Amino acid sequence: MHRPFRPGILGILAGAGVAAALAMAIMLPVDTASADSEARFRPVDDPIVKAECGACHMAFPAGMLPAASWQKVMAGLSDHFGEDASLDDATRREITDWLVANAARPGSRLARDMPADGTVLRITDTPWWVREHRGEVRPGAFEDPKVGSKANCAACHRDAARGNFDDD
Amino acid sequence: MTRILAALAVAAALAAGTALAAGPRDTLLAGYVAEAGAPASAARGEAFFKATHSGGKPDTASCTACHTADPRSAGRTRAGKPIEPMAVSVSPDRFTDPAKVEKWFRRNCNSVLGRECTAAEKADVVAWLTGQ
Repeated sequence: MHRPFRPGILGILAGAGVAAALAMAIMLPVDTASADSEARFRPVDDPIVKAECGACHMAFPAGMLPAASWQKVMAGLSDHFGEDASLDDATRREITDWLVANAARPGSRLARDMPADGTVLRITDTPWWVREHRGEVRPGAFEDPKVGSKANCAACHRDAARGNFDDD
Repeated sequence: MTRILAALAVAAALAAGTALAAGPRDTLLAGYVAEAGAPASAARGEAFFKATHSGGKPDTASCTACHTADPRSAGRTRAGKPIEPMAVSVSPDRFTDPAKVEKWFRRNCNSVLGRECTAAEKADVVAWLTGQ
Protein backbone atom coordinates (compact mmCIF):
# COMPACT_ATOMS: atom_id res chain seq x y z
CA MET A 1 0.00 0.00 0.00
CA HIS A 2 2.76 2.38 0.92
CA ARG A 3 5.10 0.75 -1.52
CA PRO A 4 5.31 3.67 -3.94
CA PHE A 5 6.63 5.86 -1.14
CA ARG A 6 9.36 3.50 0.00
CA PRO A 7 11.97 4.30 -2.60
CA GLY A 8 11.30 7.97 -1.90
CA ILE A 9 11.90 7.53 1.81
CA LEU A 10 14.99 5.45 1.17
CA GLY A 11 16.19 8.06 -1.26
CA ILE A 12 15.68 10.77 1.30
CA LEU A 13 17.48 8.68 3.92
CA ALA A 14 20.33 8.02 1.54
CA GLY A 15 20.46 11.69 0.66
CA ALA A 16 20.47 12.60 4.32
CA GLY A 17 23.25 10.10 4.90
CA VAL A 18 25.37 11.61 2.15
CA ALA A 19 24.65 15.09 3.51
CA ALA A 20 25.60 14.00 7.02
CA ALA A 21 28.82 12.42 5.75
CA LEU A 22 29.67 15.59 3.87
CA ALA A 23 28.87 17.71 6.91
CA MET A 24 31.08 15.50 9.05
CA ALA A 25 33.89 15.73 6.53
CA ILE A 26 33.62 19.51 6.60
CA MET A 27 33.43 19.59 10.39
CA LEU A 28 36.38 17.27 10.86
CA PRO A 29 39.15 19.26 12.50
CA VAL A 30 42.12 19.85 10.27
CA ASP A 31 45.19 18.00 11.42
CA THR A 32 47.91 20.53 12.17
CA ALA A 33 50.64 18.30 10.77
CA SER A 34 48.99 17.84 7.39
CA ALA A 35 47.55 21.35 7.22
CA ASP A 36 50.49 23.05 8.94
CA SER A 37 48.14 25.99 9.48
CA GLU A 38 49.06 26.98 13.06
CA ALA A 39 45.44 28.04 13.56
CA ARG A 40 43.59 24.73 13.45
CA PHE A 41 44.45 21.82 15.69
CA ARG A 42 42.97 18.47 16.54
CA PRO A 43 41.26 19.03 19.90
CA VAL A 44 42.06 16.70 22.80
CA ASP A 45 39.69 13.76 22.50
CA ASP A 46 41.24 11.41 25.04
CA PRO A 47 38.95 11.43 28.12
CA ILE A 48 41.78 11.23 30.68
CA VAL A 49 43.91 13.90 29.02
CA LYS A 50 40.84 16.09 28.67
CA ALA A 51 39.81 15.67 32.30
CA GLU A 52 43.24 16.01 33.91
CA CYS A 53 44.79 18.72 31.71
CA GLY A 54 41.45 20.47 31.48
CA ALA A 55 40.95 20.75 35.23
CA CYS A 56 42.80 24.08 35.58
CA HIS A 57 43.07 25.30 32.00
CA MET A 58 41.81 24.38 28.59
CA ALA A 59 43.18 20.99 27.51
CA PHE A 60 45.56 22.44 24.92
CA PRO A 61 45.85 20.51 21.67
CA ALA A 62 48.89 18.23 21.69
CA GLY A 63 49.90 19.60 18.29
CA MET A 64 50.78 22.94 19.86
CA LEU A 65 54.10 21.61 21.20
CA PRO A 66 56.68 19.15 19.91
CA ALA A 67 57.16 15.84 21.72
CA ALA A 68 60.32 16.97 23.53
CA SER A 69 58.45 19.87 25.14
CA TRP A 70 55.57 17.65 26.28
CA GLN A 71 58.02 15.22 27.81
CA LYS A 72 59.62 18.01 29.82
CA VAL A 73 56.29 19.49 30.87
CA MET A 74 55.06 16.11 32.06
CA ALA A 75 58.31 15.41 33.92
CA GLY A 76 57.91 18.55 36.01
CA LEU A 77 54.29 18.52 37.15
CA SER A 78 55.10 19.19 40.80
CA ASP A 79 56.08 22.71 39.72
CA HIS A 80 53.84 23.27 36.73
CA PHE A 81 54.37 26.96 35.91
CA GLY A 82 54.20 27.80 39.60
CA GLU A 83 51.69 25.24 40.81
CA ASP A 84 51.70 21.65 41.96
CA ALA A 85 49.86 19.70 39.27
CA SER A 86 51.27 16.31 40.22
CA LEU A 87 49.53 13.09 39.18
CA ASP A 88 49.86 9.46 40.13
CA ASP A 89 52.50 7.70 38.02
CA ALA A 90 50.11 5.60 35.94
CA THR A 91 48.01 8.60 34.89
CA ARG A 92 51.09 10.71 34.22
CA ARG A 93 52.56 8.03 31.95
CA GLU A 94 49.28 7.58 30.09
CA ILE A 95 48.91 11.31 29.46
CA THR A 96 52.56 11.70 28.46
CA ASP A 97 52.26 8.88 25.92
CA TRP A 98 49.16 10.45 24.40
CA LEU A 99 50.67 13.93 24.19
CA VAL A 100 53.88 12.63 22.65
CA ALA A 101 51.98 10.51 20.11
CA ASN A 102 49.91 13.52 19.07
CA ALA A 103 52.57 16.22 19.35
CA ALA A 104 53.50 18.62 16.55
CA ARG A 105 55.18 16.55 13.84
CA PRO A 106 58.96 17.03 13.55
CA GLY A 107 58.66 18.38 9.99
CA SER A 108 55.89 20.87 10.66
CA ARG A 109 56.63 24.58 10.56
CA LEU A 110 55.60 24.85 14.19
CA ALA A 111 58.20 22.28 15.23
CA ARG A 112 60.89 23.59 12.87
CA ASP A 113 60.58 27.06 14.40
CA MET A 114 61.33 25.81 17.89
CA PRO A 115 64.78 26.61 19.27
CA ALA A 116 67.23 23.79 18.65
CA ASP A 117 67.56 22.97 22.35
CA GLY A 118 63.82 22.30 22.48
CA THR A 119 63.39 23.74 25.94
CA VAL A 120 60.31 25.89 25.34
CA LEU A 121 57.68 24.57 27.71
CA ARG A 122 55.05 27.27 27.61
CA ILE A 123 52.90 27.26 24.49
CA THR A 124 52.74 31.06 24.78
CA ASP A 125 56.56 31.22 24.60
CA THR A 126 56.85 29.28 21.36
CA PRO A 127 57.92 31.23 18.25
CA TRP A 128 54.68 30.41 16.37
CA TRP A 129 52.46 31.56 19.27
CA VAL A 130 54.37 34.80 19.65
CA ARG A 131 54.26 35.39 15.89
CA GLU A 132 50.54 34.64 15.65
CA HIS A 133 49.67 37.10 18.44
CA ARG A 134 52.11 39.87 17.61
CA GLY A 135 50.28 43.04 16.72
CA GLU A 136 46.91 41.27 16.81
CA VAL A 137 46.14 41.59 20.49
CA ARG A 138 45.48 45.00 21.97
CA PRO A 139 47.87 45.92 24.80
CA GLY A 140 46.54 44.93 28.21
CA ALA A 141 44.11 42.35 26.82
CA PHE A 142 45.76 39.46 28.64
CA GLU A 143 45.63 41.37 31.93
CA ASP A 144 41.93 42.15 31.47
CA PRO A 145 40.09 40.54 34.42
CA LYS A 146 37.72 38.87 31.96
CA VAL A 147 40.68 37.15 30.30
CA GLY A 148 43.00 36.70 33.26
CA SER A 149 45.76 34.78 31.49
CA LYS A 150 47.32 34.01 28.13
CA ALA A 151 46.26 30.42 28.82
CA ASN A 152 42.61 31.39 28.54
CA CYS A 153 42.43 30.86 24.75
CA ALA A 154 38.63 30.71 24.68
CA ALA A 155 38.38 34.28 25.98
CA CYS A 156 39.06 35.40 22.40
CA HIS A 157 39.03 32.19 20.31
CA ARG A 158 35.42 31.17 20.76
CA ASP A 159 35.86 27.90 18.90
CA ALA A 160 39.05 26.95 20.76
CA ALA A 161 37.48 23.84 22.28
CA ARG A 162 36.96 22.49 18.75
CA GLY A 163 40.53 23.26 17.78
CA ASN A 164 39.71 26.29 15.68
CA PHE A 165 41.90 29.29 16.51
CA ASP A 166 41.45 30.89 13.12
CA ASP A 167 38.96 33.55 14.18
CA ASP A 168 41.11 36.60 14.71
CA MET B 1 13.17 -13.31 74.41
CA THR B 2 12.21 -13.52 70.76
CA ARG B 3 10.72 -10.07 71.06
CA ILE B 4 13.92 -8.66 72.54
CA LEU B 5 15.97 -10.25 69.77
CA ALA B 6 13.63 -8.81 67.16
CA ALA B 7 13.93 -5.37 68.75
CA LEU B 8 17.72 -5.69 68.75
CA ALA B 9 17.65 -6.70 65.09
CA VAL B 10 15.52 -3.66 64.25
CA ALA B 11 17.90 -1.42 66.21
CA ALA B 12 20.90 -2.90 64.40
CA ALA B 13 19.21 -2.39 61.04
CA LEU B 14 18.43 1.21 61.95
CA ALA B 15 22.00 1.81 63.02
CA ALA B 16 23.26 0.35 59.77
CA GLY B 17 20.80 2.54 57.89
CA THR B 18 22.07 5.61 59.73
CA ALA B 19 25.66 4.69 58.90
CA LEU B 20 24.74 4.39 55.22
CA ALA B 21 22.82 7.65 55.29
CA ALA B 22 25.91 9.36 56.75
CA GLY B 23 27.33 9.41 53.25
CA PRO B 24 30.85 9.67 51.86
CA ARG B 25 31.47 13.21 53.13
CA ASP B 26 30.86 12.24 56.76
CA THR B 27 32.99 9.15 56.30
CA LEU B 28 35.80 11.27 54.83
CA LEU B 29 35.63 13.82 57.65
CA ALA B 30 35.46 11.05 60.28
CA GLY B 31 38.60 9.54 58.74
CA TYR B 32 40.53 12.83 58.97
CA VAL B 33 39.31 13.39 62.55
CA ALA B 34 40.36 9.87 63.56
CA GLU B 35 43.79 10.37 61.97
CA ALA B 36 44.17 13.76 63.66
CA GLY B 37 43.09 12.35 67.02
CA ALA B 38 41.14 15.53 67.80
CA PRO B 39 37.76 16.97 66.81
CA ALA B 40 37.52 19.23 63.78
CA SER B 41 37.03 22.98 64.18
CA ALA B 42 35.16 24.90 61.49
CA ALA B 43 36.44 28.21 62.89
CA ARG B 44 40.03 26.98 62.64
CA GLY B 45 39.29 25.76 59.11
CA GLU B 46 38.04 29.19 58.05
CA ALA B 47 41.07 30.94 59.52
CA PHE B 48 43.41 28.47 57.79
CA PHE B 49 41.63 28.86 54.44
CA LYS B 50 41.77 32.66 54.58
CA ALA B 51 45.27 33.03 56.02
CA THR B 52 48.30 34.11 54.01
CA HIS B 53 50.87 31.34 54.30
CA SER B 54 54.56 31.20 53.58
CA GLY B 55 56.63 28.37 52.23
CA GLY B 56 54.53 27.76 49.15
CA LYS B 57 54.78 29.08 45.61
CA PRO B 58 54.79 32.87 45.26
CA ASP B 59 51.62 33.16 43.18
CA THR B 60 49.52 31.15 45.60
CA ALA B 61 50.12 32.26 49.18
CA SER B 62 46.52 31.60 50.23
CA CYS B 63 43.66 29.28 49.33
CA THR B 64 41.76 32.46 48.50
CA ALA B 65 44.16 33.26 45.63
CA CYS B 66 42.06 30.96 43.45
CA HIS B 67 38.97 30.15 45.55
CA THR B 68 38.27 33.75 46.72
CA ALA B 69 37.45 34.50 50.37
CA ASP B 70 33.77 33.70 49.82
CA PRO B 71 33.31 29.92 49.59
CA ARG B 72 29.85 30.36 48.09
CA SER B 73 31.32 32.18 45.10
CA ALA B 74 33.02 30.58 42.12
CA GLY B 75 36.77 30.91 42.07
CA ARG B 76 39.17 31.04 39.16
CA THR B 77 42.37 29.21 38.36
CA ARG B 78 45.47 31.22 37.51
CA ALA B 79 44.92 30.12 33.93
CA GLY B 80 41.49 31.77 33.92
CA LYS B 81 39.19 28.75 34.25
CA PRO B 82 36.25 28.93 36.67
CA ILE B 83 36.32 26.83 39.86
CA GLU B 84 32.98 25.69 41.25
CA PRO B 85 32.27 27.12 44.73
CA MET B 86 33.70 25.11 47.63
CA ALA B 87 30.67 25.59 49.94
CA VAL B 88 28.65 22.40 50.15
CA SER B 89 25.38 24.37 50.20
CA VAL B 90 26.18 25.59 46.67
CA SER B 91 28.18 22.59 45.38
CA PRO B 92 26.64 19.50 47.01
CA ASP B 93 29.17 17.14 45.38
CA ARG B 94 32.10 18.67 47.27
CA PHE B 95 34.09 16.23 49.45
CA THR B 96 32.16 13.17 48.29
CA ASP B 97 34.99 11.68 46.20
CA PRO B 98 37.91 10.85 48.54
CA ALA B 99 40.43 10.37 45.72
CA LYS B 100 39.58 13.79 44.29
CA VAL B 101 39.75 15.44 47.72
CA GLU B 102 43.15 13.89 48.45
CA LYS B 103 44.50 14.83 45.02
CA TRP B 104 43.57 18.48 45.41
CA PHE B 105 44.67 18.76 49.05
CA ARG B 106 48.04 17.31 48.00
CA ARG B 107 48.46 19.67 45.08
CA ASN B 108 47.05 22.82 46.64
CA CYS B 109 48.68 22.45 50.06
CA ASN B 110 52.00 22.04 48.23
CA SER B 111 51.28 25.14 46.16
CA VAL B 112 50.11 27.27 49.11
CA LEU B 113 52.16 25.93 52.04
CA GLY B 114 55.03 24.10 50.37
CA ARG B 115 54.06 20.93 52.21
CA GLU B 116 51.18 18.52 52.50
CA CYS B 117 48.36 19.43 54.88
CA THR B 118 47.95 17.52 58.12
CA ALA B 119 44.86 15.42 58.78
CA ALA B 120 43.79 18.02 61.36
CA GLU B 121 44.02 20.84 58.80
CA LYS B 122 42.03 18.83 56.27
CA ALA B 123 39.39 17.99 58.90
CA ASP B 124 39.05 21.67 59.87
CA VAL B 125 38.70 22.91 56.27
CA VAL B 126 36.22 20.17 55.32
CA ALA B 127 34.20 20.87 58.49
CA TRP B 128 34.05 24.61 57.70
CA LEU B 129 33.12 24.22 54.03
CA THR B 130 30.54 21.53 54.82
CA GLY B 131 28.71 24.08 56.98
CA GLN B 132 28.92 26.82 54.35
